[in-house]
Amino acid sequence: MDLALKPEHKAFADEVRAFTRANLSPATREKTVSGKHYDRADHVVWQQALGKKGWLPYTWPKKYGGPGFDVTQRFLFENVLAEEGAPRIIPFGVKMVGPVIYTFGDDAQKERCLPGIRTSEVQWCQGYSEPGAGSDLASLRTRAVRDGDHYIVNGQKTWTSFAHWADWIFCLVRTDPDAKPQEGISFLLIDMKTPGVTVRPIIMVDGAHHVNDVFFDNVKVPAANLIGRENEGWTCAKFLLANERLGIAEVPASKRGVRSLWQLNDDPSLKEKIADVDLQVQALEMSELRALSTLQLGGAPGPEASILKVRGSEIQQRIAELAMEAVGEYAAPYQPDLLFRDTNETPIGPDHAAPAAPRYFNMRKTTIYGGSTEIQKNIVSKAILGL
Amino acid sequence: MDLSLSDEQKQLQDAAERFVRDKYAFENRRKIAATDKGFLPENWAQMAELGWLGMSFREEDGGYGGGPIETMIVMEQFGKGLVLEPFLPTVVLGGGMIAAAGSAAQKEALLAPMIEGKKQFAFAWLERQSRYNLADVSLKAEKSGAGYTLSGHKGVVYNAASADDIIVLARTAGGAREEKGLTLFVVDGKAKGLTRRDYPTQDALRASELTFDKVSVGADAVLGKVDGAFPVVEDAVDRAIVALCAEATGCMDAINAATLEYIKTRKQFGVPIGKFQVLQHRMVDCFTNAQEARSMTLMATLKIDDKDPVVRRKAASGAKVQIGKSGKFCGQSAVQMHGGMGVTDELSVSHYFKRLTMIDLMFGNQQHHLTRYSNLAMAA
Repeated sequence: MDLALKPEHKAFADEVRAFTRANLSPATREKTVSGKHYDRADHVVWQQALGKKGWLPYTWPKKYGGPGFDVTQRFLFENVLAEEGAPRIIPFGVKMVGPVIYTFGDDAQKERCLPGIRTSEVQWCQGYSEPGAGSDLASLRTRAVRDGDHYIVNGQKTWTSFAHWADWIFCLVRTDPDAKPQEGISFLLIDMKTPGVTVRPIIMVDGAHHVNDVFFDNVKVPAANLIGRENEGWTCAKFLLANERLGIAEVPASKRGVRSLWQLNDDPSLKEKIADVDLQVQALEMSELRALSTLQLGGAPGPEASILKVRGSEIQQRIAELAMEAVGEYAAPYQPDLLFRDTNETPIGPDHAAPAAPRYFNMRKTTIYGGSTEIQKNIVSKAILGL
Repeated sequence: MDLSLSDEQKQLQDAAERFVRDKYAFENRRKIAATDKGFLPENWAQMAELGWLGMSFREEDGGYGGGPIETMIVMEQFGKGLVLEPFLPTVVLGGGMIAAAGSAAQKEALLAPMIEGKKQFAFAWLERQSRYNLADVSLKAEKSGAGYTLSGHKGVVYNAASADDIIVLARTAGGAREEKGLTLFVVDGKAKGLTRRDYPTQDALRASELTFDKVSVGADAVLGKVDGAFPVVEDAVDRAIVALCAEATGCMDAINAATLEYIKTRKQFGVPIGKFQVLQHRMVDCFTNAQEARSMTLMATLKIDDKDPVVRRKAASGAKVQIGKSGKFCGQSAVQMHGGMGVTDELSVSHYFKRLTMIDLMFGNQQHHLTRYSNLAMAA
C-alpha cells in the first residue's frame, strides 16, 4: 500500500495541467474562481478542446474511443481539472448516456451516437423525472406508443438540466402501461428538434436558469432510437443512476472549496468548522479511492456509491454554508448582473460576497437530485445491509 | 498509488483474524479480563512466536522490517475481539520510543527481549493536571551524582503492574508546560521508591497511579536526549493514535455487525425492527461512519512515515477526529437500537461502546485534535 504517485502518473498529471493551462479560456477560468455562472460556450468550447485531445470520455475504455485511463489517471484528471478552474464536464453525454449506449446499444447506435459525445459536438440532457415521478421514478407516465417503425411520445419531463442547450434528450418512457411499474419502461433517444418538443425554463431559488420542463406532444421518434429491448429500459436506468452517483460526490470541487475557505477565513470562530469539513472531504476522497481501486476499468460501481453521494452532497452544502457564514451580512445584496452577465460594475461588498448566498441556496439541491439522501439510504439498507 | 495488501499482509490479516476467533469469543474474554494480570501470558507468548511483537521494527533494530501497515492490520483485528494483551503500551509506545531514541545498548537490552516476548513496557506521561497536553509535566528528575532522582506522580499508566520497565516522561528543566526540558527515563518496574495503586479501567484494561519518591536511576536510564524528549514523545503518541484508530475501526465493524444482526431478529409490532425505515437509515449512517473511519485510518497509516512532521501530525489528528466522531455515533446508535439490552453487561455491544468511548479520550479527544488540526492547517 502506498499513496505516492509513480513517475508515469506524475508525468500524466503534469501533462493534464499543461494542457488545461494552454486550452482553458482565462475568462472561463475566472468565472470558476469568482463563482460566476458559465454560459453554454464556456462548457462547449472547453469540452470540445478535451474532445479533440481524446480526453473528454475519460472514463471510457479504449474499445469505445475512450483514452483507457487507469483508476489513478482518472483520479488525477478530475483533480487537476478542478484545481485549474475548469468547469465540470457536463455529465449527460460522457458519464451517462455514452456508457448506456456502449453497454446496451446496437452497433448502428454506437456508430451514430458515440462520436458526437466523444467530441462534444452533440449536447445531451436527461429525461428522467416527471411531475408525478420524483423519488418514485418507476411511476413515470410519459407514454411511447409503437406506430410502425416509430414511437409516438406524449408526456412531460421535469428538472431537465440544460435542456435549453441540448441537441438530444435520453428519456425513460412507458411502453407497457399494464406491466408492473419497472417492467413497462423503455430507454429512448429523442432529437430535441423534433416537432412537438417544447422547453419551458424553471427559474431556481438563486435566480438561475439551469433546469426546465420538457413537453412532448405527439412526438414522432424512430424505433431505431430505442436502446436495449422494449420494456427493459429499467436496467439501463439503474446502470446509469449508479454511474451518476459516483460522479456527484464532487470531491475535486469540494477540495477546491475547502482551499478557498481556508484563504478567506480570518475569524477564529470559523477555523474549527473549516477544519471539520476539510477532514470530511479527506475521508470522502479516501473512501472514493478505495471504491475506485476495486472497480474494473469500464465496470459499473455498486450500491456503495450511494454512500459517497450522500456524504459528498452534504459536504458541498456545508462548504457553501460556511462560505456564506464567513461573508456575514454582505451576503445580503442580490447582484444578478455580477453572477450571470459580463459586467464592469463595481461589486457591492467584498469580492467573494455576491455568489455566497445564491450558492448556499442552490446547493440545497444536491441532497435532492440524483436520488435524494433518503432514497440512497433505502438503497444501501436493502442492497448492502439486507434489511 | 496502490491500496491493496501484499500477500504477506493478507496472511498476517488471516492469522490475526484466526487468533481473535480462537481466543476472544465474548465469554472467553470475560474470563481473561478476570485473571490476575488481566491478560494471558500464553497469548503474549503466542504473539511473540507469530512475530507480531517485532514485525513493525526495522531489521537493523532486530525487527522484521514491516511498518505502520502491519500494525494497522493486527490492531484492527484486536479491535474486533477487544483483545486485552498490552500490545499498545509495550510494542507501539515502549518499543516505538526505544527504536526511535534508544542507544545501541538500550535496543540490545530492551527491544530485543521485547520482540521475543520477554519484556513488557508501560508509558508514564500523564499527570493529574495534564489533560491532553503532553508537555504538561511536573514530575521532577534531578541530577544526583552520575544519575538522576525522580520525584512526583504519574496517572492512568496502562500495563504498569505487568511492565518490566516503565518509560517515564520527566522534567529536567524549564517551566510547567514547556516543551523544552523534558527527558525520558527507563525505570525498573520494581525500583525502590516507586509505589503503585493498581485498578481496572472502564474497558477492562489495567492501569495504575504511580508515586515516585526519590527513585534513583543511572545515567544509562536516559532514553534519547536530556531535555529533548518532546519531539520523540509527540511522534510516538501520533503513531499510537494511528494504531488506536485501527483498533477503533475493528470495534466499529464488530458493533455494527452485532447491531445489524439484532435488528434483523428482534421483533416488535409483529415484524423485525429492521423493517422500520427510521432504524434502517440509522443503520446506514452507522456503516457510513465506519467507512469514513476506515478511510481516515488508512490515510493516516500511509502518511505516518512521511518525512514532513506537519504531514504526520495532521494525519494523526485528522484520523483521531474521525474516530472520535464515528466511534461515538456507532457506539451510541448500537446501544439505542439494542434497547434495554444495549445498556446491560450481558451483550458484547456495551463492551465495544465502552472501549470506543475510552479510545476517544486517549491522547486527546475529537475536540482536542480538531483544534490541533486547525492550528496546523492555519499555519501551513
